[in-house]
Amino acid sequence: MSGSWPLYEVFVRGKRGLNHVHVGSLHAPDDEMALRNARDLYTRRNEGVSIWVVRADAITASSPDEKDPFFAPSGDKVYRHPTFYAIPDDVPHL
Amino acid sequence: MDLEREFDRVVAADHRVEPRDWMPDGYRSTLIRQIAQHAHSEIIGMQPEGNWISRAPSLRRKAILLAKVQDEAGHGLYLYAAAETLGADRAELTEKLISGRQKYSSIFNYPTLTFADVGVIGWLVDGAAICNQVPLCRTSYGPYARAMIRVCKEESFHQRQGYELLMTMMGGTKQQRDLVQDAVNRWWWPSLMMFGPPDAESSNTEQSMHWRIKRHTNDELRQRFVDMSVPQAVKLGVTFPDPKLVWNDERGHYDFGEIDWAEFWRVVKGDGPCNAQRVAHRRQAHEDGAWVREAAAAYAAKKNSEAVA
Repeated sequence: MSGSWPLYEVFVRGKRGLNHVHVGSLHAPDDEMALRNARDLYTRRNEGVSIWVVRADAITASSPDEKDPFFAPSGDKVYRHPTFYAIPDDVPHL
Repeated sequence: MDLEREFDRVVAADHRVEPRDWMPDGYRSTLIRQIAQHAHSEIIGMQPEGNWISRAPSLRRKAILLAKVQDEAGHGLYLYAAAETLGADRAELTEKLISGRQKYSSIFNYPTLTFADVGVIGWLVDGAAICNQVPLCRTSYGPYARAMIRVCKEESFHQRQGYELLMTMMGGTKQQRDLVQDAVNRWWWPSLMMFGPPDAESSNTEQSMHWRIKRHTNDELRQRFVDMSVPQAVKLGVTFPDPKLVWNDERGHYDFGEIDWAEFWRVVKGDGPCNAQRVAHRRQAHEDGAWVREAAAAYAAKKNSEAVA
């Protein structure tokens, strides 16, 4: 049964120079079949030049419930952004 | 409660709900039901046209039809994958389809009698599907919306190949033109039924619109489809089998006749021309494929044990 085939997440690089992007998931009996199925399912129209497949149970993800505390450390550091710094308009190339 | 407020805020702001977010049970179950029914429709939808692959009149038409039917399989799989992000089990969804516990679009319970039906399915049935699906690209559940974006991109080839096929036939003999008109006559009303029951009788619409799963009502989408289709029919040189179909200047829309809702419900409840055949065929294909699934699993298990040893 496909129910006993593990779930894989699929990432496709659209073209050279771009990151791999998550496109969806599929079931497959093993890594190699996951890659072939991903090609047939997610790149029927030249959508990719490279595919990663990774078993869904191998992914560690942050929890949405702790979204605020987890990302809070970056929330109050406005000085990390260029707009924090007031520079006169007539300073060239800055 | 906090979680529910956060969910309402995300939906109201037109942001997307993502798989691991908290969501109301009703939102989850409504989505699973809708996405599963949608996935089943794509899978069952391979059959009416698959019927003509071996008898397509040219290699060109055969290659096109094969690609289209392969797309339908792909669309089914994108959607099953989206349903799984909500906790649905793939094998269980298939089981529910082949045991008749979950439904698919009733349009696929009508037979494809001639090759003109292939063209009319592309033009009208896929055209109606596109009207339904384009707004779903903005549905509130992220994985569903993303699957629909892929589906819609691919659907547009389906509709165009259908219309081109029909234009080719209309440029042929009188017999070919008659076949096109006959197919249009048979598919027009079932295509209008694809948008579902009238708003007054659609029990799920209000809640689904509130959750922004649905973005338009059934009647709005149906009217949009009628308005789009009439000029296309004129250009093609066919008529729709509805004497009440006429432009209404005041409304700025076409008026059209009463849909036979008794027929709609009859087919939904299982008594259409092909209901039993469609499900039996899907069940047979699933059972015939069991040895492939078992062999692949056995091979993977063997490779795994070798790797460990």
